Amino acid sequence: MKDPLIQTTLSNGLKVLLKEVHTAPIISSWLWYRVGSRDEVQGRTGVSHWVEHMQFKGTEQFPANILDKAISREGGTWNAFTYIDWTAYFETMPAAKIDLALRLESDRMSNSRFIPEEVASERTVIVSEREGSENEPLFRLGEAVQQTAFRIHPYHHEVIGDMADLHSMTRDDLYNHYRTFYVPNNAIMAMAGDFDTESMLARIRELFESIPAGDEPARLARPEPAQNGEVRLSVEGPGTTSYVQVCYRFPAASHPDFFPLSVLDSLLAGPSNLNMFSGGISNKTSRLYRALVDKEYVVSVHGGAQATIDPFMYTITMTIHPRRKPEEALAAFDKEIQRIKDERVTKEEITRAIKQARALFAYGSENITNQGFWLGYAEMFADYSWFESYLEKLSAVTVRDVQRVANEYLKPQSRVIGTYVPLDGKA
Amino acid sequence: MNKQNSLPGPGDIYREVLPNGITVLSRSNFNSPSVVMAGYFEAGALFDPDEKLGLAEYTVLSLMRGTKSRTFDEIYNALESVGAGLGFNTGVHKSGFHGRSLVEDLPLLLGLLSEAFTKPVFPKAEMEKLRAQLLTGLDIRAEDTGDMASMVFDNILFKGHPYSRPEDGFPETIKKIKRDDLVKFHREHFGPRGMVIAIVGGVKPEEAVRQVKRAVGGWQVKSQKETPALPPIKALKKTVSKHHRIAGKSQSDLIIGTNGPMRRDPEFMAASIGNNILGQFGMMGRIGDVVREKSGLAYYAYSSLSAGLGPGSWEVSAGVNPQNVKKASDLILDELRRFVQEGVNADELADTKANFVGRLPLSLESNGGVANALLNIERHQLGLDYYQRYEGLVNEVTAEDVLTAARKFIDPDKLVIAAAGP
Repeated sequence: MKDPLIQTTLSNGLKVLLKEVHTAPIISSWLWYRVGSRDEVQGRTGVSHWVEHMQFKGTEQFPANILDKAISREGGTWNAFTYIDWTAYFETMPAAKIDLALRLESDRMSNSRFIPEEVASERTVIVSEREGSENEPLFRLGEAVQQTAFRIHPYHHEVIGDMADLHSMTRDDLYNHYRTFYVPNNAIMAMAGDFDTESMLARIRELFESIPAGDEPARLARPEPAQNGEVRLSVEGPGTTSYVQVCYRFPAASHPDFFPLSVLDSLLAGPSNLNMFSGGISNKTSRLYRALVDKEYVVSVHGGAQATIDPFMYTITMTIHPRRKPEEALAAFDKEIQRIKDERVTKEEITRAIKQARALFAYGSENITNQGFWLGYAEMFADYSWFESYLEKLSAVTVRDVQRVANEYLKPQSRVIGTYVPLDGKA
Repeated sequence: MNKQNSLPGPGDIYREVLPNGITVLSRSNFNSPSVVMAGYFEAGALFDPDEKLGLAEYTVLSLMRGTKSRTFDEIYNALESVGAGLGFNTGVHKSGFHGRSLVEDLPLLLGLLSEAFTKPVFPKAEMEKLRAQLLTGLDIRAEDTGDMASMVFDNILFKGHPYSRPEDGFPETIKKIKRDDLVKFHREHFGPRGMVIAIVGGVKPEEAVRQVKRAVGGWQVKSQKETPALPPIKALKKTVSKHHRIAGKSQSDLIIGTNGPMRRDPEFMAASIGNNILGQFGMMGRIGDVVREKSGLAYYAYSSLSAGLGPGSWEVSAGVNPQNVKKASDLILDELRRFVQEGVNADELADTKANFVGRLPLSLESNGGVANALLNIERHQLGLDYYQRYEGLVNEVTAEDVLTAARKFIDPDKLVIAAAGP
């Protein structure tokens, strides 16, 4: 990850990161906006994600059905993601064709049309997307847990938004959101691949620098207060399988404790995977797997922390063994959490977590799209050096650090426990 | 970088058949500090008796649950301690494996693969844990509208044929399988004959082959059974519809389709191009345009062609509100009719050809992508120069070829319409 990287900011505030990688005749271009569900108030939840959908509906220059065909025709792949903190658009193209992606992104930064008929047809598409998610027990449970963990902070709602808002939001709500947040000074352009940095930067200037800067978007400042007492909830629904989610508060990614907590997560539930386009590894020798799956309290256990701007959640999800009750699994889980608080982990376990992270980085670096993703991703909550120094920071974690953060963050009084109660055909 | 010289071909794919029958394919990628080891072997679900359906999968997943040298925990401790992964899966004809690690740990991957194949012990306690996991998986499947629509679809389309059966079985068949069945299945169906191993990454092909030889070159199995011949697939005589009810769901999954070509059929490329126009290109082709873009009925609506060693299926899938199943279904049927009546136009054809040729390097950029390509070449005997000839193969397809293929496989009056939801 030490290839030369150029970082610069254009006169309109657009930050540009370029990294030449000449392993394949491919370029991946990513445009990141600092806007996500964290920027949404009640009544307009889901607006960021819906705006992202509308960005595929075309501009004067690139009408909808021209746009996706043009990218596909050139053999490219493109997509977009809306998250709690950010919205990102990427195109990965054969190197000689990337100009199309750049022209498209510069155009739709300010020229998307938001035609009322298209807003209307997209409304039902997004309602359908949400209905598809609601089919999944873990979506229903996760949504309930998250909205309980965050009462004040806008992290309380799902990125897709509440159904009521999806039905009531107007075209102007969407358009205003777009105009407020889609400005060059609120965006980052990141590219990795087979190009020449100097000429690529010149082309980016040509296409993007004339887009005027906008007002710095106002942010909701509603920090979540400390939680003083465990909250338990249940969600009922169809099925025969029970699930339990335990959710603790975790600090922001820029907080120094994020690194010892990453080691802690790796020991408890297996390494989290920071690649978007390359899968992780199994977790069958993690502490929770050994204590819960091997001992047949659950049939699977997964944990994960996410790198976020504000403090978010560390969630452990358990699929309960058909012969066990959720309370039994939870008791075994608590025993394991207590053990990591009471007894120091070994140096070998930390070394192991670092080797795992090193391997996951190696897998992620095979893929230009993933390399492009890394460049901008870390900028959303820290900066690219967060990534470059990731392994170094993990290596600096001590056994004492792990024990300290386990005691500080895995507190019963600041957690939410959610149980999915299957109605077994009685729905 | 030159596009052509980045594509795998006879100049940089190394292929060797070991004396015991294992075919090894390798291509190096020294930009990568990691390596992928992937492959397939003969022990597919075709061999499952009806009353013990799921036996092949159960056996395959048992391989890593304990060997003569290591326990389940020791196997995974070796893998996970170095950030490596190795997993197995089961298909109808073949089963497969996929592993990856840092280059320095390739001997570990191969060593574990060899142990898993030649020395599994099927520990009783582990087999019961695995059984509970498989049964829970089936409980979850029973509640999944997509999985259930797909099962209903296969059941009707391939009635009376082994393709009609789900490889993961049913709760009652999984419950019937005894440890002795697993041991017997392993003894009779696992062996080097028909096995293919691809190794791609930061390792020289000669070195990769040397390591494979050391790990599994001496493996011999006299009792490995021959793959049974398959009965022919009966054509549908009329459209058959079935709705599988799953209460309490907010969305239904809908699958409409029919039989498709085999991968080796001469119509495969024309059908594949036609399918791309029908339900993939851009935002999911014509189907996506009508069902999603124009009608706003679904978040996903697309078509797919699954062409394997035997005849596959050609299907259109969509996730829709339970009240819109009929509406979406009618729109899809109209599109299928138009597809076989009018075929595709010159612009659509040119777009899709450019898409097929242009996206090829993207599918081959990772070690895993190249390993899949090598296995695809071997499985379907496409020739080591297949990816270098690919552009020509795509470009020689005409609109008439697409129409002929569409009409050969799709009869809008003889379809399966399967849905699962409330």
